Amino acid sequence: MASQAHLAIEATGLVKRFGETSAVDGVDLAVHPGTVYGVLGPNGAGKTTTIRMLATLIRPDEGTARVLGHDVVTEAAAVRASVSLTGQLASVDEDLTGRENLILLGRLLGLKRQDAKNRATELLEAFGLSEASGRLVKHFSGGMRRRLDIAASIVVTPQLMFLDEPTTGLDPRSRNQVWEIVRALVAEGTTILLCTQYLEEADQLAGRIAVIDHGRVIAEGTPSQLKASVGSGSLHVRLMNPEQRPEAERLLEHALGTVVLEADPAALSATCAGGDDATLALSRLSSSGVRVADFSLGQPTLDEVFLALTGHPADAPDDGSTSLQEEHAV
Amino acid sequence: MSVTPTASPSRPADPTQAADLEAVRRAISTTARPAPASPLSSVLTFSWRAMLKIKHVPEQLLDVTITPVMFVLMFTYLFGGAVAGSTAAYLDYILPGILVMSVLFTTVYSGVGLNTDLTRGVVDRFRSLPIWRSAPLLGPMLGDSVRYVLAGVVIIVLGVALGYRPEAGIGGVVAALALVVVFSFGLSWVFTTLGLLMRTPMAVMNAGFMALFPLTFLSNVFVDPATLPAPLEAFVDVNPISILATAARGLMEGTAVGGDIAVVLAVALGLTLVFLPITTHLYRRG
Ligand SMILES: Nc1ncnc2c1ncn2[C@@H]1O[C@H](COP(=O)(O)OP(=O)(O)OP(=O)(O)O)[C@@H](O)[C@H]1O
Ligand SMILES: [Mg+2]
Repeated sequence: MASQAHLAIEATGLVKRFGETSAVDGVDLAVHPGTVYGVLGPNGAGKTTTIRMLATLIRPDEGTARVLGHDVVTEAAAVRASVSLTGQLASVDEDLTGRENLILLGRLLGLKRQDAKNRATELLEAFGLSEASGRLVKHFSGGMRRRLDIAASIVVTPQLMFLDEPTTGLDPRSRNQVWEIVRALVAEGTTILLCTQYLEEADQLAGRIAVIDHGRVIAEGTPSQLKASVGSGSLHVRLMNPEQRPEAERLLEHALGTVVLEADPAALSATCAGGDDATLALSRLSSSGVRVADFSLGQPTLDEVFLALTGHPADAPDDGSTSLQEEHAV
Repeated sequence: MSVTPTASPSRPADPTQAADLEAVRRAISTTARPAPASPLSSVLTFSWRAMLKIKHVPEQLLDVTITPVMFVLMFTYLFGGAVAGSTAAYLDYILPGILVMSVLFTTVYSGVGLNTDLTRGVVDRFRSLPIWRSAPLLGPMLGDSVRYVLAGVVIIVLGVALGYRPEAGIGGVVAALALVVVFSFGLSWVFTTLGLLMRTPMAVMNAGFMALFPLTFLSNVFVDPATLPAPLEAFVDVNPISILATAARGLMEGTAVGGDIAVVLAVALGLTLVFLPITTHLYRRG
């Protein structure tokens, strides 16, 4: 395969403007074949616009991109012949059944009628959708719809798959299923460009991550490099009795460091490097008689990542994030 | 432990089976890439999609059957006596006209359907496929023609039930309907263009009807233009809808003029040549 020798995706200086807004403002990407590459960013960062340029749906205003060795503008047909797109809005036809959707795509991709039907049956079974296969997609649950969407993307196995926020809005169980499917795809050698708003998702699936904000890449690296640059996660604690919060605050500050009081009068959180520190802090609380209703140990949220990388929360106006790119590149 | 938003526990769990990862892996590893579908085959596949949509939601055909019935009843009985002296005489004049009007109004739905597609994610997938770029636009014509023919047949059956007897018999009626359908294909590209330019399906519908109403009323569909003020009459005479109505009347009465038919076909061809490329371009551009 020619693409093995090259990068699967190679983008330089991609720019896309919509009127006054620069949705994508100079994005460079280098994705190796057979890997998952995560594009992490908040709402409006330019993730979907980037994918749409790479999938040949819109033309870049500036810059160039090659996908599997083909230029996305001058060789768009060749790109289309070897990629598939699972868009942010489910890219399946809501007014058809699950089976009809898969047969439709099989036929459009050149399968013979019977082959398309067999392939639909195979995929519906593999994706746990055979019971619902005769139901209109508009009556599918979010998780089923996403699975069908991914199944539709592999009716004919693509070399490269674009996945735009595949788990946004899914419950944890459906989300885990999607993750497992993505892992299975990669294990079979498919290259995946994954857009997401969740650091955890990028961390779980991607070999490398680009963090984008206001259409620019503000950090790039492996998940561990990124997390190291961002710092630790945090321990969230909710107390049985809000009156004990001042005491809990004092204890956690002592055990862990910076403590944030949350809006819930019984809740507070503290930055925390790992599970051991958290266990220690929780046992301090309990030995001092502070009763804990529940707790969770979280990785840094996207907000915390952004705060660390840009000095402003994800949704705040752009103030000098570009100048921080060098300092914070990981 | 996660930082991703979790669904509230009250939400019912996904009732279906889980994905079978072994089977997923097998499914990915087995296929060879077939040669892409030919243009004809992709157009036919999109036609199949259009037919499935009608099959799943047959109620959508109510619009194109009820409106024509209302038109016939309303115009025949409300205006018949006043305009032509008797309802029977007016029915002879107006039935081919209403046939034209009803089918033409149905063309707006081509734009509405396309716009509805665009508001969903599925068009992005179609546009990312290695298929002939006009196929997603030409395929729905089959579904559209079902609507056109249905609207036309409803009018004719109702007309016959009310006493309308076309001189040229069934052959003339079929020819008239065919001419109207061909013209409608041409006109439908105007509305698919509109469908790609406007934001919501509702806006497309409103704009389409707002364009068609004056054009239909300023034609000879309802009244003989001889009674109109001269400038208006001049407009009515060159209005393609008048020419189509005259040709349809002629075909149904056995007095058709070849020139009228030629003009109708030329206008349909012209609309297609102008608006099909625009539609394709806009669809491609996304
Ligand atoms: N077709 C369009 N016309 C005008 N503006 C657009 C268009 N598409 C995107 N934008 C703007 O470009 C910016 C980037 O949008 P994009 O959809 O790429 O973001 P995103 O990272 O995918 O966000 P989300 O997480 O919400 O999906 C936004 O400000 C958006 O409003
Ligand atoms: Mg998006």
